Amino acid sequence: MIISIASGKGGTGKTTVATNLALSLGSAVQLLDCDVEEPNAHLFIHPVFDQTKTVTAPVPEIDMNKCTLCGKCGEICQFKAIVVVGQTVLPFEELCHSCGGCMAVCPEKAITEKGRELGVIQKGHRNGIEFIHGKLRVGEAMSPPLIKKVLAYTDPAKLTIVDAPPGTSCPVIESMKRANFVLLVTEPTPFGLYDLKLAVGAAKILNIPCGLVINRSDLGDDNVKAYADRENLPVLMEIPFDRQIAETYSRGEMIVEVMPEWKEKFLKLYEKIKHLVT
Amino acid sequence: MKELIVISGKGGTGKTSIMAAFASLAEDKLLCDADVDAADLHLITDPLVRMRHDFQSGNTAIINQDQCTGCGVCIDMCRWRAISDDFKVNSIECEGCGVCVYFCPEKAIDFPENICGEWFVSDTRFGPMVHARLGIAEENSGKLVTLVRQEARKLAEAKNLDLILTDGPPGVGCPVIASIGGASAVLIVTEPSVSGKHDMERVAQLSAYFKVPAMICVNKFDLNLDLTRDIENFGEKKGITCLGRIPFDPTFTKAMIQGQTVLEYDTQSKAGNAIEEIWGNLANKLKI
Repeated sequence: MIISIASGKGGTGKTTVATNLALSLGSAVQLLDCDVEEPNAHLFIHPVFDQTKTVTAPVPEIDMNKCTLCGKCGEICQFKAIVVVGQTVLPFEELCHSCGGCMAVCPEKAITEKGRELGVIQKGHRNGIEFIHGKLRVGEAMSPPLIKKVLAYTDPAKLTIVDAPPGTSCPVIESMKRANFVLLVTEPTPFGLYDLKLAVGAAKILNIPCGLVINRSDLGDDNVKAYADRENLPVLMEIPFDRQIAETYSRGEMIVEVMPEWKEKFLKLYEKIKHLVT
Repeated sequence: MKELIVISGKGGTGKTSIMAAFASLAEDKLLCDADVDAADLHLITDPLVRMRHDFQSGNTAIINQDQCTGCGVCIDMCRWRAISDDFKVNSIECEGCGVCVYFCPEKAIDFPENICGEWFVSDTRFGPMVHARLGIAEENSGKLVTLVRQEARKLAEAKNLDLILTDGPPGVGCPVIASIGGASAVLIVTEPSVSGKHDMERVAQLSAYFKVPAMICVNKFDLNLDLTRDIENFGEKKGITCLGRIPFDPTFTKAMIQGQTVLEYDTQSKAGNAIEEIWGNLANKLKI
C-alpha cells in the first residue's frame, strides 16, 4: 500500500506526520521523501545513508559534423529548448523536457543524448525503516523527473509512505498519483482550508480516497471541520497545539520518541487508513 | 522601481501573513501574489477583481479515434507512457511534447492548447494587486509566475508606483526560480527549526546563484533560541542581512480568521511591533 501525505499549504505538518507514522510502524516500512525541492524528513529520521546516486535527465548533444542545419529539431521542440542559429545548433538544456523528439526527428542522426544533472537520490535506513529521498540541485527548475526516480524505489512488499511537496501542481500530482490513499495534513485556518480544498480537488481528479489530519487543531476556527463534514472527508487524527510538540519538532526530534503516548495514536491512524482502503 | 519577493524555502513559516502586514505599512506600492499554486494573499487583501484573463500554456495530445489505425508508433515513442493500449491519452501523464503528434502517420492526433489557469488585476484596500490561480493538477506554474510578475511591473509603471511587494512560493524549484530572477531583493522568512534552517540555507543558495540580494527574518524565534542564533550566524557569514525576529504569537491566526493583517487586527501585538521594526529596517535597506 502507498500512502501519500500531502497538504496544499506548506508547513502544516506533512513531514511530522510522515516521519512519526513511519517510526511508529517500525518495520516493513518505506519512507520516500518526494519534497525534493526542500526535503526535510531525514532531519527527523536521521537515517544512515549507504547509497548516493546522481540523477540525470537526457538532453540532446549535437554532432555538428553530421548536422545540416535543417532546423527540424527546433521545429518539433515544444519547449524552445533547441534552435538553429546561424551556422550552429544551440540546445538550452534547462528548458529541455527530455522527450527525445529532436533525436527522433533528425534526418542525419546527428543528435544523441547525454545526462544533465537534476540532483541526487540517497538511500538509507533507520531501525526497520527503509528511507529514500531526492535532493534537487539548487538552481535546477524541474523536480518531477527526480520525483519519478524516487518513486521508482517503491517496494510493493512494503508499506510505502510518501512525503509530498506542498501545492497542487505537477510535483504534487507526481507524488500522489500512484497512491492508494492520500492523507491530507491541514490546519484550521483560512489559509489551511483554502489550500486544503485545492488538495482535495487534486485527490478527486486522481480518484484517490483521502482523509484528514488536523494539526494545531485548537488554534483557529471550526471551518475545516465543517468542510470535512460537508464533503464527507474523514478526520482521522487531531494534533492540538502544544509548545512541547513545537519545540520537539524544532530540534529535529521525533514526537513518538519524546512523548511515547503519541505512538499509539499514530498506530490508530494507520489502522483507520487501512480500514478505509480495504 | 523596486521589487521585493518574500520567500521561505519551507512552507508555513509566515510569508503571506508578514507580506500582508507589509502591505499595511508600505506606501505607493503594488501587490503581487506569485504563489500561483496555492495562493493565499487574497484571503487577507480581499481583492475586487477588475480584469480576468485565461492563462493558456502548453498543449495536450488527443487521439482522433476515427482516424487512428492502431499502428502503435505513438505508444512506442511516448516517453511518458501517457498512451494506453487502446490509444487513449492520459492527460495527466501527457507532457505536451508533441512527439506523437509529429510522428503519427495518419495525422490522427490533435494538439489543442491548454487553459491552465487564470490571472487577475484587482483593487484592494492596500492598492492594486496582480494575482493568479493555476488550475489544480496543471503544469507551467513557472510561466504563470513570470506572466504575473511582468503584468505587475507594467501596471506599477502605468500607475507610477515605485514598489512591488511580491508573495513568493515555497521550495527552490521552477516557480521560485521564476519568482526571484531579476528582483531587487528577496526576504527569506524562516523559523528556528532544523527544517526551517535547512530550507532557508537552500533558498539562500538559490538567491546567490541568481545574484539576487537576500535578507532574512526569523519568525516564531522564541520556539528555539539556539537555532535562531544559528540562523543569524549563518546570515552574517554569508553577508545576508538579518532584519529582525518575530515572536510566536497567536495574533497571526486570529487576524487571519478575521481577514485582517496582523497590524489591522491589533496595533499593539508583539508580532505586529516586531514586523513594524523589520519593515523599517527593510525600507532603509531598499532605500524606499
